Order: sequence, then structure tokens, then C-alpha cells
Amino acid sequence: MAEEMTLEDVKKHVKVYITVFIALAVLTVVTVAVSYLHMPFTPALLVALAIATVKAALVALYFMHLISEKQVILWVLLSAAIFLIGMFALFLGAQADQEDIAVLTKLILSSHVA
Amino acid sequence: MQIPYEVTARPDTGVNNAKLGIWLFLASEVMLFGGLFAAYVFLRIGADAWPGMMMYGTETMAERADQILNVPLATLNTMILIASSVTMVMAWASLKMDRFNRYKLYMGLTILLALGFLVVKGFEYGDKFDHHWYASTNNFLGVYFVLTGLHAIHVTGGILVNAYFWGPGTKLWKQGTARDKAHFTNRIEVAGLYWHFVDLVWIFLFPTIYLI
Repeated sequence: MAEEMTLEDVKKHVKVYITVFIALAVLTVVTVAVSYLHMPFTPALLVALAIATVKAALVALYFMHLISEKQVILWVLLSAAIFLIGMFALFLGAQADQEDIAVLTKLILSSHVA
Repeated sequence: MQIPYEVTARPDTGVNNAKLGIWLFLASEVMLFGGLFAAYVFLRIGADAWPGMMMYGTETMAERADQILNVPLATLNTMILIASSVTMVMAWASLKMDRFNRYKLYMGLTILLALGFLVVKGFEYGDKFDHHWYASTNNFLGVYFVLTGLHAIHVTGGILVNAYFWGPGTKLWKQGTARDKAHFTNRIEVAGLYWHFVDLVWIFLFPTIYLI
């Protein structure tokens, strides 16, 4: 956030904060209301994650001032995102591997029985 | 010992050191919570039923998380945390406008809301313990207690930092020079960034654990 902000700028910001607060509260109500519909798992997950992502973006952009933040901060966040995706990819790979091993084990066992 | 502390932006990074520092810390926090989220995802993928069996040796079976967890209480806590994020940013804006009494009010509210969050969480946990549901009961409760517990520890840390800046930490502002005030405001901004991150984590925890 720029140090050279004027008093007027801050006052404008305050209005934005209140608006964001209302938006966050409304989205919370929406996400809870949707959960009571008891949708099947995949659409329920997608809707919940979509709403959560919008809420998180509002917090990050306005309360954490990312919308006007310097580039170096964005690079830090990008690196965090890359590492996070990398970690999930590694786990996903391990999971897929394990499933392969399980299938192979079953095959071997069944051939022994036969 | 005097810690060198500057609120002016460094020419190479374009930001002050405290801000770069807190964002690097938050990036590491993303990995901490991300790792646990990954554990949750894969435990759930591998589970036959979720939440699944809630009592050993009985037929108590839950098919949805909201049969076990208290969604109204968690919704209340979501609102509390969102409100505390607003009061935190208002505390910082008050300092920017040189209104110290307003700052004290908003920071005080932030701390009270955070304490309220922990009290509600305490009731939630107490209810689980009454049912003899612990982190060791099954994977669902393990995930629930570890993720919400780690988050609650973060809330506690935020309360400690904010309480310091509400009480003894204000000495810096009261010294009164423009430099002191700028430094204090910078500290509140950095504490705020941490606090908003704690809110942000909850925004993902709430739907994925309670509602799905």
C-alpha cells in the first residue's frame, strides 16, 4: 500500500471496506443456503469452492490491498502458488501409483489362486 | 539492542522490509495449510464413506458432515471472523487518518471478536467431546480437529499480537513524532495482513469441512 496515501484516499477506502464486508456476509449466507439443498457431491464441491474463491479474492484484493500492491509481493504469491500446485501434483502422482500397485497386487494374487 | 527498522520502501524491492517479510511468512503458511488440505483431500478420496463410522462397535454412521458438525455455530463464527477482518482494516485506516481513539476502539473490537470466535469454537469442541468424538475416532474427526485446531492456534497468535498493539505497543505511537506514528501504522498494517490471512484460511475451511 502506498505510503503517500491522502486522507481522501483513506476515506474512499473505508467505503470499499464496508461494501466488501457486506459482500462477504451475503456470500456466506449463500454458501450455507446452497449446502441445505443437499446437491450431489461434485456440483456441491464446485459451488462451495467457487464461492470461497470469490470471498478469498475479496479479502486478498481489498483488505490485504493486493489490488494496489507492488510487483514483488505478487511474485512471492506466485511462487507460493507454484509450490502448492507442485505439492498437490506430487501427492496426486503418489496416489495414482498406489492405485496401480493395488491393481497389480490383486492381479498377481488372483493368478496365484488360479 | 536497536533493531534496524525502516518503513520506507527499499529501492530494489519497492516495498518496506516488514511487508516483504510478512508476505514471505504468509507464503510459507500457504504451504503449511496446503499440505494439510492435501492430506484431507487424499484421506477423503481413499475413504469408503465420509464422515463414516462415528462409534466403534455401534451402528452410528454419518453420511454428511453436517450430521456431526454444528453448521449454524460455524456460520456464526464465519461472520465473526469476517467482521473482525473489517474492524482490523478500519483500525489501520483510523491510524492513517490520525484518529488514535478510533484505532483503539476498532483494535479492541477485533480482539473481542477473535475471543468470541474461540469461545464458539470451545463450545463446538466441547460438544464433540461430550459425544466421545476425538481426533483419534476416525479420519473425518482427525482432519476436523487438526485443521480447525491449527487455525484456532493461529487465531490465538493473532490475539496476542493485536493485544500487544492495543496495549503496551501503543507507546510507540504516543511518542508522537511523525516517524514513530508511521512506524506504528506500519506494524498495524503488517499485523493486519496476518489477521486477514487467518480469515482467508477459514473461508476455505468452513465450506470444505462443514458443508461438503
